[in-house]
Amino acid sequence: MKRNIISVNALKKDFHVGEVTVHALRSVDLNISEGEFVAIMGASGSGKSTMLNILGCLDKPTEGTYLLDDVDINSLNKNELARLRNLKLGFVFQSYNLLPRTSALENVELPLFYNNSVKPRERRERATSALEAVGLADRMHHMPNQLSGGQQQRVAIARSLVNDPVVILADEATGNLDTRTTYEIMALFQELNEKGKTIVFVTHEPEIAGFTSRNVHFRDGNILKQEIITNRGSAKEMLMAMPVEIEN
Amino acid sequence: MNITNLSKIALNALLRNKFRAFLTMLGIIIGVASVIAMLAIGEGSKKSIQDQISSMGSNLVLIMPENQSSGGVQQGNSSSKALDMKDVKAIAQNSPSIVYVSPEVRGSGQVIANGNNWPTTFYGADVNYLDIKKVEIKSGRMFTEQEVLSAAKVCLIGQTVAENLFGTNIDPVGQTIRFKNIPVKVIGLLVEKGENTFGMDQDDLMIAPYTTVQKRILAITHVQGIVCSAISEEATAQAVTEITSAMRQSHKITDGEEDDFQIRTQAELVSTFSSISNILTTLLGAIAAISLLVGGIGIMNIMYVSVTERTREIGLRMSIGGRGLDILMQFLIESTFLSVIGGIIGILVGITASAVIGNITRWPIAVMPIAVVMSFLVCTIIGIFFGWYPARKAASLNPIDALRFE
Ligand SMILES: Nc1ncnc2c1ncn2[C@@H]1O[C@H](COP(=O)(O)OP(=O)(O)OP(=O)(O)O)[C@@H](O)[C@H]1O
Ligand SMILES: [Mg+2]
Repeated sequence: MKRNIISVNALKKDFHVGEVTVHALRSVDLNISEGEFVAIMGASGSGKSTMLNILGCLDKPTEGTYLLDDVDINSLNKNELARLRNLKLGFVFQSYNLLPRTSALENVELPLFYNNSVKPRERRERATSALEAVGLADRMHHMPNQLSGGQQQRVAIARSLVNDPVVILADEATGNLDTRTTYEIMALFQELNEKGKTIVFVTHEPEIAGFTSRNVHFRDGNILKQEIITNRGSAKEMLMAMPVEIEN
Repeated sequence: MNITNLSKIALNALLRNKFRAFLTMLGIIIGVASVIAMLAIGEGSKKSIQDQISSMGSNLVLIMPENQSSGGVQQGNSSSKALDMKDVKAIAQNSPSIVYVSPEVRGSGQVIANGNNWPTTFYGADVNYLDIKKVEIKSGRMFTEQEVLSAAKVCLIGQTVAENLFGTNIDPVGQTIRFKNIPVKVIGLLVEKGENTFGMDQDDLMIAPYTTVQKRILAITHVQGIVCSAISEEATAQAVTEITSAMRQSHKITDGEEDDFQIRTQAELVSTFSSISNILTTLLGAIAAISLLVGGIGIMNIMYVSVTERTREIGLRMSIGGRGLDILMQFLIESTFLSVIGGIIGILVGITASAVIGNITRWPIAVMPIAVVMSFLVCTIIGIFFGWYPARKAASLNPIDALRFE
């Protein structure tokens, strides 16, 4: 059995909107071990994003414990959480969240600016190799508005990779992309996972979830069921099987 | 997070939105520059008026017969006793606060020489007149006491008269000119003084011994005025007291009676005009304060809006590991940079504008250090504060709330 990267116990999250309290997460237990590729699924409003944001230390749970890489998140203050996000987590958003008017390379470099032990030269080298890893070696100096949606998401993925995190968290990372680009991005995630990266991936689409190694189904803030995917699909093969379009 | 990285981040952020950075700076530049220029103009006009008044003479005290028109009714010379040489002597003897005293008579008319003629004013005075009026001789000499006693037909002329009679750059000393058909020999040319504050040409005059003007030209025995020079500006008030009592004695005015003469001093003129230009300075200062306020509000707005607009950026930076302090420092560096650079440019623009205005108006424009310091401080502090305050609010948010901010 592999080491647990994520260990969540009786996790609860309430939102207070005026008089109303929304129970976004009621009581969630979840363990994710090293090298897993987990898809979090469920209907809209079932608490997937809330869960992922807490896993990414972007939000704090109302109750319950969360151990990330054996560190108890509840015991950390804001600055320690920021450091944790910087060193151990990579986040990929549905809307990419790249800095406008900033080149792909500089966007990818950004997390390393907040890490004092990385010198300028190393920063540039690591950002370059992260962009190479996502297949954007020839787009390094492009601005976000000069890149397609799929390319922008690749830049975002490169940014999440650049600090060599223990886990990558992606919230509907393919939500804004067409089928072909979705396969490309999933192929990239699968490749990263094969190299040993732990990935947690939120999606609605069962087809995409089929590329992962485990599916966790949420409903109304609870985990409904989990299933191990044995006959995992290959996004790369799907991509090759697609009718050839006119390449750009 | 070290300061090099933070500065780099801040600078990159500024370069990413040059136009916004420029607008922010513009508010500061205009605020600082307008305050400096306005106050410099006010101060310059004040200095200019003071300079001109002091160039009229040295600590002047003027004695004139009681105003001939009172309540709009011309009273004629009969009701007010004219001044005469007895009064001049009384003042000279009884006023220790006075250095010079001279009678003054004047007549106007055409002066003819060299086939040209020119209308001018002919002043008659004593030998110390030039010291009182702060006029210097360019060439030739002043008339002597001997010439005063003998009512000699000699005179000094101003630049305007010389030019109109003899042309430019010609020394008129030694020439004879005719004033009301009396031939008068030019013995001196006066140094040019230019126009005074009231637009009067101070070089359009002739000066001769008062005896000459009294006897040979006007055929009078009284004098039209007495001009004195107090020993210092502070002694002016004392001089007025002494002159008043000397004059009252000379005119045999008893205790209950009013003066039949009046005294004007240069100090009075200075204070009248100073108070006028103080009003001007206050007015300009108020306008400057308003533009500073408007500039300040502009800075607040653009800083506040840009930080609010950048809340998502702040959220992203926090999500990839930026601490609250890092974010805050970034914005602080950005706004300090903008404010200080803007402030410095504002000072340069303000000083340049002041100099240009000074050149056009020929006022001795005086940039006030207090205006420079105050406007710079106010603008930069506003700029820095309104860059820092909203950033602090944004940096204290949960990363996810900042990211979701709309
Ligand atoms: N900041 C918030 N304030 C109040 N309620 C919130 C907040 N964020 C989420 N919620 C509520 O919590 C519940 C779960 O939301 P969440 O975003 O986790 O859903 P989701 O599963 O990601 O849905 P989707 O598939 O549509 O993205 C929803 O009912 C939502 O209204
Ligand atoms: Mg969601």
